[in-house]
Amino acid sequence: MEILIPTINLESIYPEILITVFAILVLLLQVFTSLPGRKQLGYISLTGIVLASIIVLTQGGAFGENTALPIYSFSNLWVVDNFSRFFKLIILIGTGLTVLISIKYLKDEGIDHGEYYSLILFTTIGMMIMAGGSDLITIFLGIELMSISLYVLTGYTRKRLLSNESSLKYFLLGSFATCFLLYGISLLYGATGTTNLKGISGFISDANFGSPVLIIGMVLLLIGFGFKVASVPFHMWTPDVYEGAPAPITAFMSASPKAAAFAAFLRVFIEALPSLQGVWVDIIWVLAAMTMTAGNVIALVQDNVKRMLAYSSIAHAGYILVAFISTDKSGIASILYYMLAYTFMNIGAFAIVIIIGGKGEEKVHVKDYTGLGYRYPLTAAAMTLFLLSLTGIPPTAGFMGKLYLFSAAIKSGYVGLVTIAVLNSVISLYYYLKIIVAMYLKEPELDVAHDSLVFSPAMVIALIIAVCGVLLVGIFPSPYIAMAQQSYISF
Amino acid sequence: MSEYIPVLIMLIIGAGTSALILVATTIIGPKKSFADKMEPFECGESPIVSPKLRFSVKFYLVALFFVIFDIEAVFLYPWAVLFKSLGLFGFVEMMIFLALLGVGLIYIWKKGALEWE
Repeated sequence: MEILIPTINLESIYPEILITVFAILVLLLQVFTSLPGRKQLGYISLTGIVLASIIVLTQGGAFGENTALPIYSFSNLWVVDNFSRFFKLIILIGTGLTVLISIKYLKDEGIDHGEYYSLILFTTIGMMIMAGGSDLITIFLGIELMSISLYVLTGYTRKRLLSNESSLKYFLLGSFATCFLLYGISLLYGATGTTNLKGISGFISDANFGSPVLIIGMVLLLIGFGFKVASVPFHMWTPDVYEGAPAPITAFMSASPKAAAFAAFLRVFIEALPSLQGVWVDIIWVLAAMTMTAGNVIALVQDNVKRMLAYSSIAHAGYILVAFISTDKSGIASILYYMLAYTFMNIGAFAIVIIIGGKGEEKVHVKDYTGLGYRYPLTAAAMTLFLLSLTGIPPTAGFMGKLYLFSAAIKSGYVGLVTIAVLNSVISLYYYLKIIVAMYLKEPELDVAHDSLVFSPAMVIALIIAVCGVLLVGIFPSPYIAMAQQSYISF
Repeated sequence: MSEYIPVLIMLIIGAGTSALILVATTIIGPKKSFADKMEPFECGESPIVSPKLRFSVKFYLVALFFVIFDIEAVFLYPWAVLFKSLGLFGFVEMMIFLALLGVGLIYIWKKGALEWE
């Protein structure tokens, strides 16, 4: 019997191998050594993340020189192109910031085990596979690796009832969404005879094929991805899970896995199903409008800041979907740029939530932020910056990001949807400002006993990186925009 | 469609055999009923018990480890069958796979998850 040995190109998975090695190293160090605190394991994971980012940056030359890319390997299951590299960088930045903001939190909660960092690194591998997979099976593998690690991380503060509840909910709904995704994949395979993305698009355009099986498969995939990026009406899990999960994991989930889900979503729909664009553009139009509106309107009435940011993250998924339907170069580039900006501002905002939250995450309500502007001006200023960026006010990264998203959609002629998006941005101003008003303009209530906040060095570094990121990406956007546009060319 | 004819024949034979046995036992079998016999039967378990049965969480761990190492065996069989044609490449790949699982084993061992007490 002839056995086809796939072409092995280890070079193209060096970053993934490196992260795997570090994840296993951290796991083994946890059981074989008795480090006094587990801080060191956090820093070891961070080393791995930084090294992997360097490899991703140098893989196949700098951004812009596209001669060597894309590199397909492992029988076309895996691709290294600028698109996947850009998303991997976003994912690694998000993971690095998460590790930094976790270190002190874990110590306070008494859960500083190596397994936490190990699971974060395994999640990262999953996300990188989602970004680099060029076959539905590879992408599915990545999604599962990411999701299963996240289910565990969500319930990591296992003595908190809310955390357990959110973990279970996430697991049940997540597995359900996975079924949709898998069913969609199987129908696509049944209709086209291949799971390879390029193969699928080739088959559909050759055969001029529009069978109902294909459409149903596409819709099921849309539901699966819609769940992963938390778009309405598949968003029900988001608020509960974000509220119950440990705050650093909430920060992580709202940034990196969302970026990875969008990476896979974009790649599958634009690379494999461009012929069905007429069908899915309309569906995504409706999804985008619903996602923005529901996210923002429900966020208005939230008093719990974690929950509010959960709804805000739903709304941001909606903004990204607005650019998704323009499907041209500027649309994709604006999504890449926005994900980068979003990672900095959202993890930054959650870092402040962790600092204010204190031990046991008890102070997560808007009233706990009153008077912060006077007692901790710098912290309040950073929070204000992140919130303004989330609203989309210049000179922040959020403003430039939204500008590019909406202008890409307008260029493609979706004026109605952009009008809805802009109106939604105005709505969002109210709830973001609510926190700013509490910080600067309100007298602290007497029953809100303010303990002094504790800043660990790692947390300060994370905040500095996030603030610099928001300002740098916002004030000097051109290099990042250029990088994002390069990422589309090789797609 | 003709390639499905054997499937159809198989289906008819299967259904026919089951029906035949059921009919035969109904007609020629002796009928002595008593309380235990009339209970629904499921793997020797009593059908009506309190659902609040408690058993050790260790069983879950054992079940989990079983699943992991069972899957290892599932992967090992096809590899062993095709060992020669896969050659050195297959050998190295499999050793990497086994090493990763080995790390998992070392981890659970050191964690003390394999000890019953």
